[in-house]
Amino acid sequence: MDSQAIATHPEYEHAEHEHPPYLRHHFANLEQQKETSTFGMWLFLLTEIMFFGGLFTAYLIYRNWYYPAFVAGSHQLSIALGAANTAVLICSSFTMAMGVHAAEMRWRKPLVGWLLATIVLGCVFLGIKADEYHEKWEKHHVPGLNFSVNDFVHQDPHYPEDKPLPLDMAEKTQVYFSLYFAMTGMHALHMVIGVSLLIILVVRAWGGAYTQGHMTTVENFGLYWHFVDIVWIFLFPLLYLISRHQ
Amino acid sequence: MSTIVSLPDQSTATLPKRSYLNDGYGLKSWLLTGDHKRIAILYLISITFFFFIGGFFAGMVRLELLTPPTDLMAADTYNKMFTMHGIVMVFLFLVPSVPATIGNFVLPIMVGAKDLAFPKINLLSWYLYVVGGVMTLAALILGGVDTGWTFTTPLSTHYLNTHVITAGLAVFVAGFSSIFTGLNFIVTVHRMRAPGMTWFRLPLFVWSHYAASVLMVLGTPVLAITLVLVVLERVIGIGVFDPTKGGDPLLFQHLFWFYSHPAVYIMILPGMGVISEVISTFSRKRVFGYTAVAFSSVAIAVFAFFVWAHHMFIMGISNYSALVFSLLTMLVAVPSAIKIFNWSFTLYKGSITFETPMLYAFGFMGLFTIGGLTGVFLGSMGMDIHLTETYFIVAHFHFVMVGGMLMAFLSGIHFWWPKMTGRMYPEGLSKLAALVTFIGFNLTFFPQFILGYLGMPRRYAAYPPEFQVLNVLSTAGATVLGIGYLLPMLYLTWSLKYGKIAGSNPWQATGLEWQIQSPPLTTNFEETPVIDYEAYDYEWLANKTKHEVQTVG
Amino acid sequence: MSELTQKEILDTEPTHHAGHIVSPKVYGVIFGALLVLTASTVGAAYLELGPFNVVVALAIACIKAVLVILFFMHVKYSSRLTKLTVAAGFFTFLVLITMALTDYISRAWGMW
Repeated sequence: MDSQAIATHPEYEHAEHEHPPYLRHHFANLEQQKETSTFGMWLFLLTEIMFFGGLFTAYLIYRNWYYPAFVAGSHQLSIALGAANTAVLICSSFTMAMGVHAAEMRWRKPLVGWLLATIVLGCVFLGIKADEYHEKWEKHHVPGLNFSVNDFVHQDPHYPEDKPLPLDMAEKTQVYFSLYFAMTGMHALHMVIGVSLLIILVVRAWGGAYTQGHMTTVENFGLYWHFVDIVWIFLFPLLYLISRHQ
Repeated sequence: MSTIVSLPDQSTATLPKRSYLNDGYGLKSWLLTGDHKRIAILYLISITFFFFIGGFFAGMVRLELLTPPTDLMAADTYNKMFTMHGIVMVFLFLVPSVPATIGNFVLPIMVGAKDLAFPKINLLSWYLYVVGGVMTLAALILGGVDTGWTFTTPLSTHYLNTHVITAGLAVFVAGFSSIFTGLNFIVTVHRMRAPGMTWFRLPLFVWSHYAASVLMVLGTPVLAITLVLVVLERVIGIGVFDPTKGGDPLLFQHLFWFYSHPAVYIMILPGMGVISEVISTFSRKRVFGYTAVAFSSVAIAVFAFFVWAHHMFIMGISNYSALVFSLLTMLVAVPSAIKIFNWSFTLYKGSITFETPMLYAFGFMGLFTIGGLTGVFLGSMGMDIHLTETYFIVAHFHFVMVGGMLMAFLSGIHFWWPKMTGRMYPEGLSKLAALVTFIGFNLTFFPQFILGYLGMPRRYAAYPPEFQVLNVLSTAGATVLGIGYLLPMLYLTWSLKYGKIAGSNPWQATGLEWQIQSPPLTTNFEETPVIDYEAYDYEWLANKTKHEVQTVG
Repeated sequence: MSELTQKEILDTEPTHHAGHIVSPKVYGVIFGALLVLTASTVGAAYLELGPFNVVVALAIACIKAVLVILFFMHVKYSSRLTKLTVAAGFFTFLVLITMALTDYISRAWGMW
């Protein structure tokens, strides 16, 4: 068990009135504050693991029950776009990590540059996603709203290897697309929140907020951004790459 | 009865000039506070409000059940009554009760910190609670929800026209309040302990809250995503729980109970923490087997995640998995039993006195034991098939939650009231209220065990006439119980102005919170305390002189 | 203030890990590895591996996740507490899946 508490001499904190303005008064020193806020961020990420975990559980069950429908549904997604998006997000994780590094080294303009790059890559991801969603709408693959099993009960000319499904299994493709939209939609929502926060961070970074020794905010946001990337790392093979070997 | 209450000489006693209560006046200083103690008071007021709303619905349920036919209200309305009772009591009262009020107030002081790790998140947590509460009221005013607090699909997603979405989103928001409280506690206990305050010197109250916080952080998000899926299913019709579209309604129940079983431990663990403190103080003896009690809290938290499907034995899960869950359920009872044993051995050869917190603690020990044992009956599949969805279940969970948790909450409120307000409540009246509560509780809920065993189903507005006598007893008991809960409201409010001045340590208790003034300063301590003694060290306390207490002005 | 024992002093010392800054070279290497692994995921999807397709896909995804966690999220250089926290999160998720699966796997086995 971790049995650390931050040791302070009772007299020490009275002498410390020349402390940095960003040291909150209930903390004894900056190191305690930083470790505390990073630990808090990690706990928040734990809640996110469990939040997405419910969706992954649903996916696991239904993929096993309706495998042919999941195959047919998965084949309706573009591997090229999915792989491109994966690469885009990995790049954005790299730029985010470089941004954290710039903040640690107190380089203001590089920090702003790396954060802007992350924003751009995040927007590219969302743009591609929007395009994919639009295509799904056009093809009547949106569950509950305009779903049609047409593509799955008839031979789809675009996918000559895929045999048409019997009606009851074809109807289960709606379950696949429900999970597709729920999981990528929830992920996209987290991306939107992330990009919005990044815009705020860029503005504050330009003003020098994170390059004067207090860069915990950037570091903790980086943790969030990498987590969202990891979710996509799992979503891509599970949604896009089901039985592609024909 | 002898007493260890030692108040300062009342003819000259005064409250400290500076405390967290007069550190800033006006609504803004309270609504924008970062002080964990003020936030605790804000929670206390809002939780009490929702408790009485939940109690009102309980009253409606019991009124209808006075007579066998559905004569007081339509069956659909009755469904709304027990649903709203459950939602309000579980999510807006029981889950935040001890952690957000007593925990928020006392935990930072117990570890020797000036505040929780994230004061702003603490305030946000309260606002989220209020928003969740307002949304619940909105669902109520718009016409109510009748799914049962368990939102079971496909009833909630497909067959009902009531305000499931509003209620579901209200619980979603309240859930985040809970998550942030738990997150704050975990970080505080890990990172903000004073010098010398090692893990095994912490009061057991802190261990219980730590375990409950882990459950809050890991379990509640699963409830969140489940409710999101229910809302999506209602709004768009995605079909993830709809059998006609290939969904599995049981998947909802797996995800729902994955949170809701740990939730019952989220509700009871903080109460157990209170009991550890109270029993030790009023037996003048350290808690027997400190390490066992500490680790049993952690064990409850770990096992809690492995047993949820015992709520689903008759729902269609496979017999084999039901067997696994049943066996694991037997295991989870063990750490709770360890606590009861250890509290009993704490009492043995202790110098017991019978102040009000101790009366509630005794009530807890007896009633929680009965409730817990009936839980073991229900955990075995053969019994459960007969008893589930009857009043036996209703009695079981009310014994642990009301006889257990609510009594622990009242015990804690009375125990820390002098610390929070600087005032004592009237002892005679409070003992009477405790007695009335105990009698009312048993009269209300013991007949329900019998009713359930005889086969009366739960969530039914009508029942066969042969069950009427027991139901009337139960409703009569509920009336007495209501009086028992009303009395503390009245005399605690009275004591704010007219109660005796408490001084810093009226109970002669150990623990850092009793070494500072009542009410405490905003920063809790004048100087960071340094700890070189074990928890519940009554010899150390006896050696301390009066002058070491920090009172300002 | 009373004397603290040696153990207590050690118990309350902060860990000194704040000073470690990961170099961009490391980030670059990991970045490259992640892209390579993405390409292999796509490539492996076109191979005929039967039920092992999903195993391989998940294994590669796990490796990528571990790389991001250890290096981009600095967990390799973090305290034991951080590592324990990450492990606890994934453990709980695995409990959710495993225990739910005990039901779904065995439903078809029929009554005793």
